[in-house]
Amino acid sequence: MRDRPGGFSLRLVVGAIGVVLTVGGFVWGTTGLHPFGSEHSRYGFYTAHHAVAQRHATNSVVAVAFDYRAFDTLGEEFILFISVVGVVVLLRSLHDEEEEPEEEKLIPEQRRASDAERWLGTALVGPIAILAAYIVTHGQLTPGGGFQGGIILMAAIAFIFLGGEWVILLRLRRATSWVEMMDAGGAAGFAMIGFGGLIATGAFFYNFLPFGTSGSLLSGGFMPLANVAVGLEVAGATLMVVSELVDQRLLRPPR
Amino acid sequence: MNTLLVLVLALLALSGLVTVSIRDPVRQAIALGVFGLLEALMFFVVQAPDVALSQIVVSGVALPAMLFLAMAKIRSQREAEREEAEEE
Repeated sequence: MRDRPGGFSLRLVVGAIGVVLTVGGFVWGTTGLHPFGSEHSRYGFYTAHHAVAQRHATNSVVAVAFDYRAFDTLGEEFILFISVVGVVVLLRSLHDEEEEPEEEKLIPEQRRASDAERWLGTALVGPIAILAAYIVTHGQLTPGGGFQGGIILMAAIAFIFLGGEWVILLRLRRATSWVEMMDAGGAAGFAMIGFGGLIATGAFFYNFLPFGTSGSLLSGGFMPLANVAVGLEVAGATLMVVSELVDQRLLRPPR
Repeated sequence: MNTLLVLVLALLALSGLVTVSIRDPVRQAIALGVFGLLEALMFFVVQAPDVALSQIVVSGVALPAMLFLAMAKIRSQREAEREEAEEE
């Protein structure tokens, strides 16, 4: 050990500098903020009172995320896209290492889920997928939107995994092309909507579609479209990570 | 700050402590899910239902599922390595 007892080691000094900087920065950054729970954010007040009048969207959160600040959301969406690409690059090298065995041999008796588990898992897939579609398409009306709905759609497929239907997930892994297309198509679609505004009016992400009647399914201009694009992207991205993690070696009988 | 928020924040601190003090990764992933669900409750109490909705699914389903898959993959890789070592 290089640490001398009683003396200052380099590690301690570096650690102390880090602690002082982090705590100092945190205190400096939070002292100027509004008190906890106060309702004096002018921006929040403005959007809550003008989202319906200006954009015919009753959920001002989605109006901010997918219209007023859609450019920020584009960045967020590409953060997710790039991190998933990173995961896939790291994990896919194992893909062709060994031959894939026959499907019937894949699930040994010991690893099969119980009947109750299979029934419940499979029965929940449909309702959860419908909930996901509802959350995505009603983003501009009630709490929800593309990010939330997309991850619920991924959860619907995760229930197949919980139900022990490994074979379906393995098929998903072998045919990753449609999941990739979902991911890439959703990410590109959202950017295309931005370019649509650029073409129609000259401003990136200008809401160029008719706003419709507020409270109806097709209101808020391009918000429903943007939510669908982001929902597909989020579901595709998370499914890609799950399908890359599923490995046929997991299915072998325990020794 | 109302009483409900104080209660939720106290539960959150407690569950955070429990999560970091558990050493078995499988149990820790479940405790992390509970911590995330309490966080979702906190978001709901401070009137952010949009955030609460995504937090419920991310911490309740997506994050534990990915952690379990990663752990299963690590275990199966170790088993495969052991098999190779036995064969040699």
